[in-house]
Amino acid sequence: MSPTLSAVPAGTAPATRTMMLWCPDWPITAALREHALPADAALALVDRGEVFACSPAARQDGVRRGLRIREAQARSTGLVSLPYDPSLDERTFEPVTAAVETIMPGVQVIRPGLCAVLVKGPSRYYGGEDKAADVVFGTLAAMGLTDVRIGIADGPFAAEQAAKATDQLEDPEAEQLVIIPRGSSPMFLSSYPLEVLELPKLTVLLKRLGIRSLGDFAALKASDVRNRFGLEGAIAHRQASGLDHRNVVARTPPPQLDTVADFEPPLARIDQLAFAFRTRAGEFVDTLREAGLVCTALHVSLHTESGEVSERRWQHPRWFDADDVVDRVRWQLQGTQASDHGLTSGISRVHIVPDIVEDLADHADGLWGTGPDEGIHHGLARVQSMLGHGAVLTAIIAGGRLLADRRVFIPWGDAPSSPAKVPVKDRDQPWPGRLPGPAPATVFADPVPAAVVDSSGNPVDVDSRGLLSADPAFFSTGSDDGRRPVHSWAGPWPINERWWDPKGRVLNRFQLVDQSGSAWLLLLENHSWWVEASYD
Amino acid sequence: MTPPAAGSALEWDEPSSDLEDASRPNFLGRQGTPAADARLDLQARINSMQASKLDSRRMPTVPALARILPGGGLQSGGSYAVRNSTTLAMALLAGPSATGAWCSVIGMPDFSVEAAQGFGINLDRLILVPDPGSQWLTVTAALVDVVSIVLTRAPEHLAPTEWARLKARLRQRGAALVTLGAWKQSDSTLGVAESAWEGLGSGSGHLRARRMKITATQPSGRLRHAYVGLTDLQGTAADDVAFHNSPGPQGLPSGTAPATTPGTLFEPQLMKSS
Repeated sequence: MSPTLSAVPAGTAPATRTMMLWCPDWPITAALREHALPADAALALVDRGEVFACSPAARQDGVRRGLRIREAQARSTGLVSLPYDPSLDERTFEPVTAAVETIMPGVQVIRPGLCAVLVKGPSRYYGGEDKAADVVFGTLAAMGLTDVRIGIADGPFAAEQAAKATDQLEDPEAEQLVIIPRGSSPMFLSSYPLEVLELPKLTVLLKRLGIRSLGDFAALKASDVRNRFGLEGAIAHRQASGLDHRNVVARTPPPQLDTVADFEPPLARIDQLAFAFRTRAGEFVDTLREAGLVCTALHVSLHTESGEVSERRWQHPRWFDADDVVDRVRWQLQGTQASDHGLTSGISRVHIVPDIVEDLADHADGLWGTGPDEGIHHGLARVQSMLGHGAVLTAIIAGGRLLADRRVFIPWGDAPSSPAKVPVKDRDQPWPGRLPGPAPATVFADPVPAAVVDSSGNPVDVDSRGLLSADPAFFSTGSDDGRRPVHSWAGPWPINERWWDPKGRVLNRFQLVDQSGSAWLLLLENHSWWVEASYD
Repeated sequence: MTPPAAGSALEWDEPSSDLEDASRPNFLGRQGTPAADARLDLQARINSMQASKLDSRRMPTVPALARILPGGGLQSGGSYAVRNSTTLAMALLAGPSATGAWCSVIGMPDFSVEAAQGFGINLDRLILVPDPGSQWLTVTAALVDVVSIVLTRAPEHLAPTEWARLKARLRQRGAALVTLGAWKQSDSTLGVAESAWEGLGSGSGHLRARRMKITATQPSGRLRHAYVGLTDLQGTAADDVAFHNSPGPQGLPSGTAPATTPGTLFEPQLMKSS
């Protein structure tokens, strides 16, 4: 016998009177608001190549959930498709929950777009369940949410069905509220099919037994159902009988972890800002620490006086302390990253939002001091605060035809960005134009100009058919003036980069060994010679 | 381990007319030399004695280099200059990196990480600071604190006091400094004296293998050399056993034993390096 069930007094426990607040198509509403699209846009949210949710306009064109994206685009030509982002749903539903919490306590978020409220208190305070629902409608309409449905019934399950029943009413514009009077929830539920239980295995089994509606199921004896179908079946049976044992567990509003600093007058200098923000950064870290958390990634948004916003996500190999936070704000202003744009006016507001927080206990120092890598991190962070975030790098090898492309630098503390990240198995695949033999030890970040001439002093060139005009006899590089005789050479090895792209390059690669025994890798592009690398 | 005794060390000397000959102190003692020369001799002698006390902490080194390096390998707290070859510098980093040490490369934007990986350098533990700007000394000192081996371009000028402080920090932290480019203040200088490539014809083939004659100066000014191939310089995790072996008779540099005839093997292909 399951302890969960034995804890519930069988049969007699009255279900909690519950108000269920439902915003239909919440992912769509969230995406429309986030991307500032018109409400009647044909929008589809795509998850792993299939439509996850679609707006009413798209649904009218025949787009359905589960459709492949190509098929959906064929059905609705003006379809806007965006990737589905579950965190966006949660983020945008948070203000809705907070707004409801200001007018009535005891809100439980079932999932983004659906939340349950204990209706007992509010109905007494506002003078009736319908009046309480009106207050909710009014509050949410002030936030711009008009398509909200409310169902009030005994227990969360019946209330959810009541809220969804608003869809089936003739005039959904007028009726957004369904109230099932106390005690009549079993009758309301009895005509529903078994599918609303969302238990496919049980549904199939019951149908084979000749049970087709919740009313039929509820008519069975509770003890028989428990014996035959176990805990899962017993819970479903209680739901079907309108005796939902689940209670509304009100959430505790989470502590505010983000921090905002406003500057009046706006600050124009980085050192001023760093100084002024230092205390706030300390408070930010302290708040987290009091909550038993550490932050490993955060969002910094900088607002200027003229309304520009610079946003960036920063990660930390360990976790942020106050100085690290100030450093990130400073680096973002210094614009060491290419993605940042220069700001033209003074900073009026700094907003720090913790993006990833982890339990402090997971990051606590060990009893016998800390690992050697911690020392590394502190030393490198010191160099970073001297030279800037992008000055201390680690490297990975990526794909590419030219040697300089194959090396990708990542600032210390950043995760490899997605375009640069090549799966290991792809990295081992031979690239077209891959260099045979040992890799050169020096690869010039900026190619060095060179000159290659034949024995009579004319420049060596390659024609459009890839034929060499003459054998190279002497060459010189930009760094030194001396003409070096060529001892042995090989080439041209054509490299045709992105032939389909007008910006693609056509190059020829040569290996040369001079009389002194040092080897060079030269490139010929558009009749000019460059030193790509040196085997020094 | 102890350095070779003076007598045996003499047999290791390169019998040559190398450029460094002039700066090399003569240990047999010169008759009637001026007092300044005698002082230099004595100073060099003291240096070599001091060095012999410091070789207790040795870093894993690629065997081919361990044979010619003073003290039989990279020393913690030592400084090494590599005259003309990034390849050789990578080989110095390869040994410690293969055993999990952190390495750092400062002020070398053209350092090829792909070649470094080929040498067995662990890229996850390689820190690059391509442009330290005017703060070379501060950055180098900060990294010496945390990593085991630092490769950097030789500084344009470094005041003797600054160098002494950096040196002290190297010893205290047990790190090694490798500079690329000639630098007189380093403990010993390595270089590729001669180099030959195989596999390239005129208009055909591709670079396949390289033979090098590498030289290393002792703190005393003596010169050792060895003939190695490119593959000999590549460190792997398994090599860390080899560096503990003292360079006994079996550890003699391949090119220096008078019985072998390196000239016939390599001379026809070798060309004098710049």
